[in-house]
This record gives sequence, structure tokens and C-alpha cells, in this order.
Amino acid sequence: MVDDLVLEIVTPNRMTFSGKVEEVSIPGTEGEMGILRGHTPVLTSIDLGELSYLKDGKRTYFAVSTGYAEILPHKVTVLVEIAERADVIDKAEVEKQKSEAAAALSKMLKEDPDYEKVMRQVQMAELMLKVAEKG
Amino acid sequence: MAALKDIKRKIQAVAKTKQITRAMNMVAAAKFKVAQARMDNFRPYAGKFMEVLNSLALRVDALSHPLLAVRPPQRVWVILMTSDRGLCGGFNANVIKATERFIALKTSQGLDVSLIPIGRKGRDYFRKKAKMIHERVDCMGKFDIKLAIDISHDIIPPFIRGEYDELYLIYNEFRNVASQRPALVRLFPLPAVGSEEAAEPEQKIEYLYEPSAEVLLDRLLTMYVRVLLFRALLETSAGENGARMAAMDNATKNCDELIDSLTLKFNKARQAAITAELMDIVGGTEALAKGSKN
Repeated sequence: MVDDLVLEIVTPNRMTFSGKVEEVSIPGTEGEMGILRGHTPVLTSIDLGELSYLKDGKRTYFAVSTGYAEILPHKVTVLVEIAERADVIDKAEVEKQKSEAAAALSKMLKEDPDYEKVMRQVQMAELMLKVAEKG
Repeated sequence: MAALKDIKRKIQAVAKTKQITRAMNMVAAAKFKVAQARMDNFRPYAGKFMEVLNSLALRVDALSHPLLAVRPPQRVWVILMTSDRGLCGGFNANVIKATERFIALKTSQGLDVSLIPIGRKGRDYFRKKAKMIHERVDCMGKFDIKLAIDISHDIIPPFIRGEYDELYLIYNEFRNVASQRPALVRLFPLPAVGSEEAAEPEQKIEYLYEPSAEVLLDRLLTMYVRVLLFRALLETSAGENGARMAAMDNATKNCDELIDSLTLKFNKARQAAITAELMDIVGGTEALAKGSKN
């Protein structure tokens, strides 16, 4: 139907979500974007952040990492490397990863070539914990 | 009857080996299915991604991007992807040989070559033969995009900083279960994207870019490197299990043949023993009969 807004979330592992939604909220690098049907075509990059969509009055949250969103009037394609739905995040596991990464980070100098990589691991873990709270 | 017992023991030993090879064949088949499913799952991502990358590259002058920078080569890095485990026929030997030739070629041109082994087999082979950096082993069994992201962190910043000038990737290109072929791909400098064959999509859409198209392209190129790496990893994984399936299938067949020929030998030996025994009995009765007549 012309009045629909279809959302597709694609990751390297699988098509994480595909279906009709009422609204999508995207963590664009230039700021949060709320998208309803009939939006102007936009191509925006995505970085670590919280993505959510509204369907049947219910909001579902995802933790997403690097990628982009292609927004068309009736279709939003989100292509990200990682997308974890809030209610399937294993908090204990993420908590463990976070403390491991944080411990590694505290031993590193800013000049260390791996500094940025570990930093991102910490950020990703923090984000996942935050999003998990909403699941 | 020592010979008979020996043969019997040999048959039992081969039968046990056969059980193992058949089990390995089945495990490899199951893993192969998983690997193939992952390749199928990756396809929409890669396809969609290339579409957008190409359309974006048409609008932006991608040639000025640092990942596409062509420098006179002095230092060359080579990524070699192998499996962590053996028993998969010539799977690893083929890429390792190709890598050895490639390194020899580049070295003879006076270039400084460093090797990035991904997978235990490649690392073990080149342990004393090549300069190795950023090695990763025991990662091929279970991996996801994070492995490709980690590798990209090892290679992208040093290239942009000019620590090396060219990066090649050598891996087993997956063609079908029975056939993998060593493939050599130049990763950096990245070949130009968005060229002729990308053409124009059916309906051209004028997007707003957020942030600018240039910044977007920069991000997408990083993702592109990971797409290439991840695809190679998936192909290596599928190829490894396909090769192991074929190797173990052959081994099982060889066991069958061996068991057949040993069984034949066993039966012949048994028959010979029976015949010899019969001859003894017949000889004995005849001797007795002769004796009683007298």
C-alpha cells in the first residue's frame, strides 16, 4: 500500500527485521531522526546508537553500530554491522565484556594503536546495556 | 593361525578408522551447511551495500580518498586466510604455496613484505619463514562481523598513516563444495569504486546526504573493506568444510576398499587353513585304514 512505511534492518548475519511500521527513530551521526511515511529521500550515516520503531503502538529498541540508513518515502533500509534487539541482549555477558574491555583500556596509552578499537568495544557494551534496560 | 588373527586385527583397526572418517565427514557436512547459510544471509547486506556505495561513488570524487591513494610501493602487507585445523585435503597447502610464491616475487622486486596470517595453519607454516604481524589464530571456527571489524582496525589506520603502501589478500575462493581456488585480491589501494559496470540504477533518486556525501563515502569505504574481508572469511569457512567433506569422503571410501581387500585375504587364509586341516584328517584316516587292513 502507498500509505505504508516499510522498515528493513539488514546486518551481515541476517535480515534482522523486515516489516511495516508506524515510525522509525534513527541514531544518525548528525543527530536523532524520527521518520514517518512520506519522508524526503535521505542517505544518512549511523554510528553507535539506539534505533527504535513503533508498531501497533509498541516500541521496539535496538542497539546498532556503524552503518547507514537509506530513507525513501515508503521504505527505510537500515544497513548496520551490528543490530541487537533490546530483549535478546544478554546483560550478564555484555557486562563481562565491558569490564574486560574497560580493564584493558585502563592499561593503555592514548597512543596505543589498539586504543580506539578497545574504546569502541567499551562504548558498544555501554550502549547495549543502556538499550537492554528498555527491553 | 597367527596370520589369521593379524588380518582380523587389521580389519578391525581399519573399520574403526572408517567410523572416525565417516563421523568427520558428517560433522563437516553439517558445518558446511551452516557456512553456506551464512553466505546466503550475507548476500542481501553485501548486495544492498554495493548498490549504495556505487551510486554514491558516482557523485563524489572517490579517487582523492586516502584508502585509494597510490604510492610507489616499498612496504607490502599480505593477508593470508587459512583454516585453523587440518584434515581438509589440499585446502591450506594451495593458498600457502600461492602465498610463498607471491612473497618470493615481491621480495625479489626489493620490497619489504609482512604477512598477516588469519588462521592457525598459515601462521604455523610461516612461523620461521616470513615476517608476521597482527596474527590471528583459532578464530575460524566461530566468527562474525566483529572479526572483520577487528582486522580492519589493524590495517586501515596504518595504511592511512603511510606505514605501508600495498595490501593483498590471499584466500580460498569458494566455487562449489568440491572446488576451491586460491585467489589474490589487492585490498589497498582500493580499486576505484562506482565505475562503468555500476551504471545508473533504474530510477535515479536525489537524496539528501547527511552528513555530506564526502563524509558518507569515507564511512562507507571503511565498511566496504569489512565487507570484502567478511566475504573472504565466509568463503574460507565454507571452503574449509567443503574440502574436509571431500577429503573425509575419500578416506571413508579408501577404508572400504582396504576392508574389502583385507577380508578377501582373510577368507583366502581361512580357506587355506581349512584345506590344510582337511588334508591332515584325510591323510590321517587313510593311514589308519591302511593300518587296520594289515
